[in-house]
Amino acid sequence: MRVLAAMSGGVDSAVAAARAVEAGHDVTGIHLALSRNPQSYRSGARGCCTIEDSNDARRAADVLGIPFYVWDLSDRFHTEVVEDFVAEYAAGRTPNPCLRCNESIKFAAVLDRALALGFDAVATGHYARLAVAADGTTELHRAVDTGKDQSYVLGVLTQDQLRASMFPLGGSTKGDVRAEAARRGLRVAAKPDSHDICFISDGDTSGWLRQRLGERGGAGSGQVVEHGTGAVLGHHDGAYAFTVGQRKGLRIGTPAADGRPRYVLDIEPVSGTVTVGPREELAVDRIVGTRPRWCGAAPSRTVTGTVQLRAHGAEHRALVRHDPGGTVVIDLLDPAEGIAPGQAAVVYDGPRVVGSCTIASATSAPRT
Amino acid sequence: MNDSERQQPVYLDHAASTPMYAEAVAAMTAQLTHLGNPSSLHASGRAARRVVEESRETIARALGCRPGEVVFTSGGTESDNLAVKGLFWARRDADPRRTRVLSTTVEHHAVLDPLHWLGAHEGAAVELLPVDRAGRLDTAALRRAVERDPSSVALVSVMWANNEVGTIQPLSEVVELAHAHAIPVHTDAVQAVGQVPVDFAASGVDALTVTAHKAGGPYGVGALVVRRDLELTAQLHGGGQERDIRSGTIDAPAIAAFATAVDISVEHQPEHAARVAALRDDLVRRVRAEVRDAVMNGDPDTGLDHRLPGNAHLTFPGCEGDSLLMLLDARGIEASTGSACSAGVPQPSHVLLAMGRDEQQARSSLRFSLGHTSTETDVDALVAAIAPVVARARAAGAAAGFGASKKAG
Repeated sequence: MRVLAAMSGGVDSAVAAARAVEAGHDVTGIHLALSRNPQSYRSGARGCCTIEDSNDARRAADVLGIPFYVWDLSDRFHTEVVEDFVAEYAAGRTPNPCLRCNESIKFAAVLDRALALGFDAVATGHYARLAVAADGTTELHRAVDTGKDQSYVLGVLTQDQLRASMFPLGGSTKGDVRAEAARRGLRVAAKPDSHDICFISDGDTSGWLRQRLGERGGAGSGQVVEHGTGAVLGHHDGAYAFTVGQRKGLRIGTPAADGRPRYVLDIEPVSGTVTVGPREELAVDRIVGTRPRWCGAAPSRTVTGTVQLRAHGAEHRALVRHDPGGTVVIDLLDPAEGIAPGQAAVVYDGPRVVGSCTIASATSAPRT
Repeated sequence: MNDSERQQPVYLDHAASTPMYAEAVAAMTAQLTHLGNPSSLHASGRAARRVVEESRETIARALGCRPGEVVFTSGGTESDNLAVKGLFWARRDADPRRTRVLSTTVEHHAVLDPLHWLGAHEGAAVELLPVDRAGRLDTAALRRAVERDPSSVALVSVMWANNEVGTIQPLSEVVELAHAHAIPVHTDAVQAVGQVPVDFAASGVDALTVTAHKAGGPYGVGALVVRRDLELTAQLHGGGQERDIRSGTIDAPAIAAFATAVDISVEHQPEHAARVAALRDDLVRRVRAEVRDAVMNGDPDTGLDHRLPGNAHLTFPGCEGDSLLMLLDARGIEASTGSACSAGVPQPSHVLLAMGRDEQQARSSLRFSLGHTSTETDVDALVAAIAPVVARARAAGAAAGFGASKKAG
């Protein structure tokens, strides 16, 4: 097969490309330039798409003896990932930009272009496995290395996208991948993993959002109110600095009457009102989702399985119902805490990803 | 196909770098085995110095200048920086009113970036004069800019021939306009030497940039030809080896090869230009027969006073240039999208934008440049590949929404 290997400059995508070459495929490496103003050097584990990352990817391609190009997707990334990220926060939600990037950049813009250029598949360094079912459907499964598993951020991929994808690392542990990189003479073998959001290079998400959203969401005048009583406990400079489930940095003067810590329960973006309350109020057992994306044909109306509600989050046993109108209702058998609208709920059947939806609301059903 | 398994490529990127002449390789390797720093006073040093000075004489003969006017540098970028910054500082020091620099919108980054740097850090007022749709300087605009206040102009820098679209600039008019007010003229002739007649004295310019590797010599060596009475502020300070304008140990092996290459390429320039221009015309005609809507950019007059003989620059509507490049590369055919930044991200060409093309047209273009090793077989290979490559690139462009809106992705 003719395979396009997306190479970030990190160890995972380098080894993924190496394995595609070793499997006998005709591999071409590409580095995606996603930043409009790339920085020269990465600092620590933050950021990506620096010129240094591009050079690291190029050197890995050299070692593998494959052609290498840089594709400039910075405009599209800015529109579909960065602007979406800002708009979601402005609307009081907590988006997952990696998921959005997979959905609209890596497995859409890049994949479409690759297929049109005559490639058969795109290989990435994601930790996830693909399996072919008896009926020929390509299934997405969790990686063997559960600590590194990235099936959650791939839960938005459709059957067509999965069929044209390769995840050569799904059967390996991170330790194995690093050792293999060293054995293959890839100089990125010991390069630190990237964390945080790639386009926020200093890791200060709320500061970054404040620059873009400014006074929106009630600068200085935004209220922090107590759940139940509605008492105003404090003020804040922007509701986007808060995430449901957050405990630290609430800037509340008066402690709770019972002295227990309080958590963000709800964010109302228009007024900027942030509601806080005790931990038990974070408990959620019903999630309503929109924008369902199924990895294969739509499943039966009712699915019994598990859901994962944030990257590297726990699995919760759940009953998932969906209707043709695109609404997904998830009843959690194991309640979850601090579920933020905007994040994805990914539905699993054992290790297999069934699909995903975007969390619109999370509530606690009235207890009887 | 892995890079290691590739056959000899069909190389259509001579404007980026052209193969070294065997004679230049021989001159370089011979000198590499010889001992001696050309600045040393003993016999070994004198022997190396002799090679350097003979090379200087050879280059002077080939380019129509005096040996003392050849200042060896590390190549085109250094020569351009030395000319632009060195002239600006020297002229402004002599008269602080001289803060304006006049140039064109289509210069190479080795001229544009020092100009912008002077503007940002040294208070230079940089005026980039427009070009027409063929990429040729609007000399009326230059005249207006000069005559608005001639005493405030530090220098004029106009390239001899454009590296992307091959347009030859009207240098004699530029020189006439500038010299009427005693303003010095620099020209970047990196693309011109060996392709079209270049005579420093006859051209009247005051400083001229040349580099070895575009003329069949090695990388990392070039020269600024500077009139002897022209004041230039040095950029690299040290031993003062080159007329006190440029310091650094003199690279005798590279200079020997540089001189050999310039000598050969200038000597053979007339028949080379005729042969390569015929190949280029054939390439353009046959590619356009395969891809009917392909458009040639640059000067439609392909005479040697208008266009570089080896340059074919084409727009393929609906295709992204980097898709075309990649697909041709996969077939062993090597071309260029024009300019690349340090991360290898293709930017829309500032040259095509200056010529009135929109961003999408600029991104849909490819440069094929022929040189001394090019043959009809190279053209045949391109012609055989171009139709399917364009069809694929067009499909990829459509998949990416390229061509769907004014703003290219």
